[in-house]
Amino acid sequence: MKHLSAGRLCLAGALLWAALATPPLRHVLESTLTSQMLAQIPLLALAGWALAQGTPGWLDRSLSAWNHHGISGLLLASLAGMVWMLPLAMDAALDDPRVTLAKFLSVPLLIGAPIALSWPRAGFVVRGVVLLELIATMLRLGWLYLISPERLCSNYLLDDQQRLGTTLLVGGFAILLVLAWKLMWGHVESGRANHDNFRAGHD
Amino acid sequence: MTVLRTLLASLVLLAAGLGVLAAATHGFHAFTSETARRIDVREHPRPLPPTPLQTADGGRTSFGELRGRWLLVDFIYTRCLTYCSVQGSEFVRLQRELAGPIAAGKVTLLSISFDPTRDDPAALADYQRRHGDRGAGWIAARPVDPADLAVLMRRFGVVAVADGLGGFVHNAAIAVVNPDSRLVAILDWNDTQAAARYVTGQSAP
Repeated sequence: MKHLSAGRLCLAGALLWAALATPPLRHVLESTLTSQMLAQIPLLALAGWALAQGTPGWLDRSLSAWNHHGISGLLLASLAGMVWMLPLAMDAALDDPRVTLAKFLSVPLLIGAPIALSWPRAGFVVRGVVLLELIATMLRLGWLYLISPERLCSNYLLDDQQRLGTTLLVGGFAILLVLAWKLMWGHVESGRANHDNFRAGHD
Repeated sequence: MTVLRTLLASLVLLAAGLGVLAAATHGFHAFTSETARRIDVREHPRPLPPTPLQTADGGRTSFGELRGRWLLVDFIYTRCLTYCSVQGSEFVRLQRELAGPIAAGKVTLLSISFDPTRDDPAALADYQRRHGDRGAGWIAARPVDPADLAVLMRRFGVVAVADGLGGFVHNAAIAVVNPDSRLVAILDWNDTQAAARYVTGQSAP
């Protein structure tokens, strides 16, 4: 399936990226804090993920030599994600065109694309660490946004901020439940890293 | 080999990532744009443009004209019904506490409207009267040209957002401008004591 759709996914990623950059869509998605953080940024990452499906084999191979179990790539995505979780980054992305450009470049290329190239290489442990950190971050951040009596972003209203907090908490718990469900009753995918592990054992 | 390369790449990424985070947050001190604006103003005082302002009595003034004394500046809109309506009472309190330095021409209070289409001189005068203006040392004004307003708000770092009810929510604060017409500090909107200390402590001979 992957061979059939890689080219199309890559094209779809590029189209999504371009669409998100158009002023009307930007305006709509940046009009509330909740939609900037939970729609625009994830969609930008998704565009990068789709785009990376078209990564040529030679590039994928040379990158993977530096990306054992996808660790470097997932670390890069986490660090870039941390920057775009700062309340001041949400504000600056609206006020400063240079920061806007940085967001539109870094979220697809430094979050979405590395995840696409690293997640399939990550084993059970690495995936577990990343998912737990994601859940913990969503809960921490959600709690912070929900209880803060002050506006954390000058460009957004307090009720918007509290709605984002609630949504993050609900989302965090939802991912946690799905994960717990899969661990107990389902099948947890762990990519091809397990085979790498197996081979590594013989090196 | 792959493991070592990955370790190396991860360390480089970690260092770069922490560097970017440190730069973005003023060394992990500012996580909101409000804190960042206060640190930035304190570390890099900003010269103010000689923007013409129309005052409540219909006259004109500007930062250039008010040079030579300390200014305590707040941004207002006179229709505010929520907490920003208290900004006026806070300025009257400052007017009372700083009566001495005001009479000596060392300090002036300046309220600038960011809603100049509605806040004409009459509305500004009414705003001052409503809050108990004591008559000296408090200027309420609006930018004459709407384009000036954008420049002024950007320089002060003021952001006003429509609240969906016909009003605004803004990052209210007391801005301190020194006698050289430079913005040197942003203080909490209701911290009149800090504002009074700032201008009396430093305007004393």
